[in-house]
Amino acid sequence: MSVWPNARAVPPEAPIPVFVDAPIRESVIQARGLGLTFATDGHRTVALTDVDLSIRKGEFVSLIGPSGCGKTTLLRLIADLQQASTGTLLVNGTTPAEARRQRAYGYVFQAPALYPWRSLERNVMLPLEVMGLPLAERKRRAARVLDLVGLADFRKRFPWQLSGGMQQRASIARALSFEPNLLLMDEPFGALDEITRDGLTLHLHQLWRRTGLTAVFVTHSVLEAVFLSTRIVVMSSRPGRVVAVIDSDLPAERDLDVRETSRFLAVAHAVRAALREGHGDA
Amino acid sequence: MRDRLSRALPLLCVLAILIAVWFAGSVAMNWDQAQDLADEDATWSDIAQATLALDRPLLPTPDQVASEMIRSMFGYPPTSPRSLVFHAGVTAWAAIVGFGIALLAGMALAIGIVHVRTLDRALMPWLIASQAVPVLAIAPMVVVVLGNVGLTGVLPKALIAGWLSFFPVTTGLVKGLRSSDPMQRDLMRTYSATEAQVFVKLRWPAAMSFLFPSMKVAAPLALVGAIVAELPTGAQAGLGARLLTGSYYGQTPQIWAALFMAAFLAMLAVALVDLTQALAAYARGGRL
Amino acid sequence: MTTLLLLGSLLTGGVVLALLARNDRPAFRIATPIVFGLLVLWLWQIVCTGYEVPLVLLPPPATIAAAVVNHLPTLAADFRQTFLRAVIPGWAIGSSAGLLAAIALDASPFLRRGVLPLGSLVSAMPIVGIAPIMVMWFGFDWQSKAAVVVVMTFFPMLINAAAGLGQTGAMEGDLMSTYAAGYGQTLLKLRLPFALPFVFNALKLNATLALIGAIVAEFFGTPIVGMGFRISTQAARLNLDVVWAEIVMAALAGSISFALLALLERVVTFWHPSYH
Repeated sequence: MSVWPNARAVPPEAPIPVFVDAPIRESVIQARGLGLTFATDGHRTVALTDVDLSIRKGEFVSLIGPSGCGKTTLLRLIADLQQASTGTLLVNGTTPAEARRQRAYGYVFQAPALYPWRSLERNVMLPLEVMGLPLAERKRRAARVLDLVGLADFRKRFPWQLSGGMQQRASIARALSFEPNLLLMDEPFGALDEITRDGLTLHLHQLWRRTGLTAVFVTHSVLEAVFLSTRIVVMSSRPGRVVAVIDSDLPAERDLDVRETSRFLAVAHAVRAALREGHGDA
Repeated sequence: MRDRLSRALPLLCVLAILIAVWFAGSVAMNWDQAQDLADEDATWSDIAQATLALDRPLLPTPDQVASEMIRSMFGYPPTSPRSLVFHAGVTAWAAIVGFGIALLAGMALAIGIVHVRTLDRALMPWLIASQAVPVLAIAPMVVVVLGNVGLTGVLPKALIAGWLSFFPVTTGLVKGLRSSDPMQRDLMRTYSATEAQVFVKLRWPAAMSFLFPSMKVAAPLALVGAIVAELPTGAQAGLGARLLTGSYYGQTPQIWAALFMAAFLAMLAVALVDLTQALAAYARGGRL
Repeated sequence: MTTLLLLGSLLTGGVVLALLARNDRPAFRIATPIVFGLLVLWLWQIVCTGYEVPLVLLPPPATIAAAVVNHLPTLAADFRQTFLRAVIPGWAIGSSAGLLAAIALDASPFLRRGVLPLGSLVSAMPIVGIAPIMVMWFGFDWQSKAAVVVVMTFFPMLINAAAGLGQTGAMEGDLMSTYAAGYGQTLLKLRLPFALPFVFNALKLNATLALIGAIVAEFFGTPIVGMGFRISTQAARLNLDVVWAEIVMAALAGSISFALLALLERVVTFWHPSYH
């Protein structure tokens, strides 16, 4: 049943597009049979099972699903914050641990996680300090990346002097300051109100288009996933697994109004159908 | 069970290391004295053995302290002034009386501060500021002055012990009485409850979770106050007096024994507060 | 006559305080305790002089003020001996040692589980009691008092710093992992700054403990100078005005140290939520 008056009706039995395997040499992330099981207090919990996924350079891939579906776990496996128990995972053609050592990706958490005793500028310089870059270079990169997110005027301010949305933008800037080719984001806009979220979602999309990064984006929100992504990975819980992968073919130049077009709604509908299907299986 | 063992293991390890270090320390620190007292032809191991059995060692060994404690605790009847139990009892009694005074006065003052605005504004800043002041410094004066007026014995010691433990009890209780959720106080207003009813039904129960941690801090303080109060006039009885006489006559095992007894009393005090807290929690369904 | 003055002052003072307490503005909030303090001093003065309370019982504030002025050289010497030679070095060494120990413990969870319970146990004990032992080891002079202070300040710092180092958020730790930052870098850039509020908490607590420790340690015996020495000997001779003068000096020293530390804390941990 269509909610939007202008949309053309979409047949409810529209086939869900199937994921096509990509050649290895083009993949930034390659997962095969990936799984994570851990034991707590005698119980075995299957966080993730049998995940096959290939993410190519320049893609924006969203991981969406209900709580406990393993989407955050998958992200953390890619980031080497956790280690898989089965399967293989290649990041930038090497192991996640090595990729982490090479500082291949920037990570954005659900909360800004900025250091309150550092100004925005110094927060953004933090990873550069850890990597041992000289001061002049650090300042240059920090200025560039703060400009990219539109916070250049606030670089001397402290995090607690800024709104939640601005802090999260600063957190994204920090993730980009060392120019990784991969951006991993774990529900970065989850704690913000809807109006701020809309603004940041558009902002992130424009950022992605300007930098040509590969992005993996965990979210609860179907609208965000469809707006931002080139591909949407729908997951479900108990056990955590991939249910479907849906291609999104929205025009490259887009603004928030695209959310009311029929193409957008078709993709969103497909995602929701997949979510329901995953939920029904559980 | 395995969990308890794994929690106790690090503690036991550390204790074992400490005791080993203590023995080594005894050997090291008593070495000179043992060497002086030894014969011409004594070997290193002879001297080392001697360090562990001196009469007036610089650092008595754990077993020397333990045997002194056992001797002075069980070797004399508890009423004898040579018994460590007697001295512990004297100090403990002063601390208990002082703590009791502190509780009563602290409760009265805290209730006053929370309900009477003038008291709050005039007195509370002084209470907070007093935390920076070394209150124990007044101990000699209080003992001497009260002695002059004819008040000797337990009272001056109890007053100093009470004075020390009064501050944490009062500040903790004020915080606790004010800790009740504003939403719950609003609810009481909708019932047109009187101040007294609000106090009994809401503020006091809410204050319990602040009162017990404060008591845990205040009880050892009362003990310290009682001990220190025994020092100035060269008192005859109590753990403080024992520490003093031990140091005058160079009886190191006696000093250490008195110190360990004081430490034990402090542990006992904290354990008693914990027990009271557990009982109070039990009466309230398991959580404070 | 005195009774009339006493009752009149009490009444007036009470009314003034009640009126001051009604107002919420910051100036009034500072004025009320100050007025209260002055009222107490005034009542003290008239009770002592009016009822002719013997000096060996309670000297009036005016006499104490005079004693402070008259005995300034002695007070200064005592201050130097106790505060400058025992309190400050002891506080600095004990607090630093406690902090270093907490950092060392941070590297070994096993040791931490063993040492911390012991540490909190020891900090509840009457540590001033080790004063006679310290005298045996270090002599009668300021070194033994400083040693007592070192032991007294070590444990509160150890416990507080360990707590501070332990409460770094998981998210911030993960962030450092994504930068492949080493243990040392994470400690220096993340966990130590986060632990600073706890460290300052301990520093302020230790300031009070240090002063008490040094003074009380002198009750156990000391050469012929020092705040604790002066208090106990002059009290025995019933020269209460000198005793009060020393107490006033100790109170001032304690309050000023505390205030300076609070100021430093505000500057260093300006970012803490409690300040906004």
